Amino acid sequence: MGEKVLLQNRRRDRPATLDEYRDSGGYQALATVLKGVEPRELIQMVLDSGLRGRGGAGFPAGRKWSFLRQEAPHPRYIIPNTDEMEPGTFKDRVLVGCDPHQIIEGTILAGYANQAERAVIFIRPSYELEAKVFEREFSLLREEGLLGENILGSKFDFEITLHRSAGRYICGEASAQVKAIQGERPRPDKEGHMTESGLWGQPTIVNNVETLACVPHIVRNGGEWFKNLAATPEGAGTKLYGVSGMVERPDCYELPIGTPLREIIFEHAGGMKAGRRFKACLTGGASTKLLPEKHLDVRMDFEALAKIGHRLGTAAVVVFDENACLVSACLNLLTFFTRESCGWCTPCREGLPYMRHLLRSIELGEADEDCIPRLKEMTEMMDHSYCAFAPGAAAPVKGLLEYFEDEVREHLVRGCCPYKGV
Amino acid sequence: MLPQKLKKKLQKVIRAADYSREKAVDVMYAVQRHYGYLSDEGLAESAALLGMSELELEELATFYDFIYRSPVGKFVLHVCDGVVCWMCHEQWSCTGEEESIVTYLCARLGVEVGETTDDGLFTVLPSACIGFCEFAPAMLVNGRAYGPLTPEYLDEILDQLRKEHDELAVDR
Repeated sequence: MGEKVLLQNRRRDRPATLDEYRDSGGYQALATVLKGVEPRELIQMVLDSGLRGRGGAGFPAGRKWSFLRQEAPHPRYIIPNTDEMEPGTFKDRVLVGCDPHQIIEGTILAGYANQAERAVIFIRPSYELEAKVFEREFSLLREEGLLGENILGSKFDFEITLHRSAGRYICGEASAQVKAIQGERPRPDKEGHMTESGLWGQPTIVNNVETLACVPHIVRNGGEWFKNLAATPEGAGTKLYGVSGMVERPDCYELPIGTPLREIIFEHAGGMKAGRRFKACLTGGASTKLLPEKHLDVRMDFEALAKIGHRLGTAAVVVFDENACLVSACLNLLTFFTRESCGWCTPCREGLPYMRHLLRSIELGEADEDCIPRLKEMTEMMDHSYCAFAPGAAAPVKGLLEYFEDEVREHLVRGCCPYKGV
Repeated sequence: MLPQKLKKKLQKVIRAADYSREKAVDVMYAVQRHYGYLSDEGLAESAALLGMSELELEELATFYDFIYRSPVGKFVLHVCDGVVCWMCHEQWSCTGEEESIVTYLCARLGVEVGETTDDGLFTVLPSACIGFCEFAPAMLVNGRAYGPLTPEYLDEILDQLRKEHDELAVDR
């Protein structure tokens, strides 16, 4: 089953305590680094490990850090992204709930590597219990000299605070998140680069919390060890796969990155619910393409999925069975995206409601043949939007049209949804 | 009007921040807790505390799902309408013809979506995926998640919340 790294201290009833985390080697990486590892060396370690961002885009973490210029101004900020609003995704909640300290240690290490002064953990409202866990542990860490001034007797000072969000999907996007923290109406802002001008106009690094949680383990065990955790030569590390939908054991599973999708669903998640048959799944949350049965043997890693035209996204595997109407599923997803669009750019603001309208007419059997090419054209139009939101919103519909056009057509032929009343 | 004690507390929170606007959401949450929702009066008081114009704060208040600009019940039932909860609901339907958790709750409580029960206890609000997909179908009530939901479990939860409220009332 492979080595457990991020979830090694998982218990179902409560998060691991500071002592439990320490017993498993916690805060050793921080002690080692503060005793004499240069920030640049730490960045090199993360670069060498091949760690790629776990929030959805998969950008190499070490490269992101290396963009921050050494002579860049202070203060600098780290934003551990715990917004996790991608439908179907719950891995970060599980991660905070089982071992919050590895996220905190990873955050302090990120702070040191980038010579930052402060981190602002951005957390969604439905994770209020996890927000309280963080706050409780912060005060404990201050007493223990692991947070605040002169951490572990070194010259390094670092503070972590928490920003409670009040909901809305777009806040997960790094530049929108910065605006949210600044008390501005959140929308993506692509002028300039985060590492030059992020939070309050200062150099800023936004990392997903699973990404940060990997860092202490990389420092302790080395980049080679981290690479070897993967199931494929090109991958690195383990990955948290959140499996939900029509499976026997929906849960978050830590497995070598690159584990085949079939193994994740049919072994770890216990296969389909009794009497159900697999029809399709999303591979990385709502912003990824529906994937049909013929691709079940794909390895769940960035490269392997890209090769067949799919994305790892948040690695949230949402499994649909043969009774699920995929037109209806896409209608649900587009309803979500239409509602959550920040409205800043035209393709997203106007295009998504139109796509939803087309899907609804298909679902109700009221559409004509023309609507299929029109829907297809719209999915391509979404690539012209300002940020990655609209292309993500179009992704499941792309999968629907690519693999399940017969099912779409059946709606038109019958003049109603063939799955109604099943 | 906000009680002096709360006002002082919020002023302290704002002063401790590097930039006062950073606390906009926290202040709105606190004022909302006091009034039960972010009333016009509460919005004006929050804006004054933060040194923002009412319009600037309104721009934020209306953006966020968990800031309520209209009165809501003591318990806001945020029913997840994400794709996993939609799928895991046995008699699901996207066009709303068949029973869903939302229609079940509304019928049980005698309200429409967004309305509050006469006793002031419950408001039903469909919400974006709440991130409890392994417990689908799920809902979030005042920061607590419940799932997997069945009609029986929903009845149980409503009873339990009513009881909680009564016990709190007795304590007071």
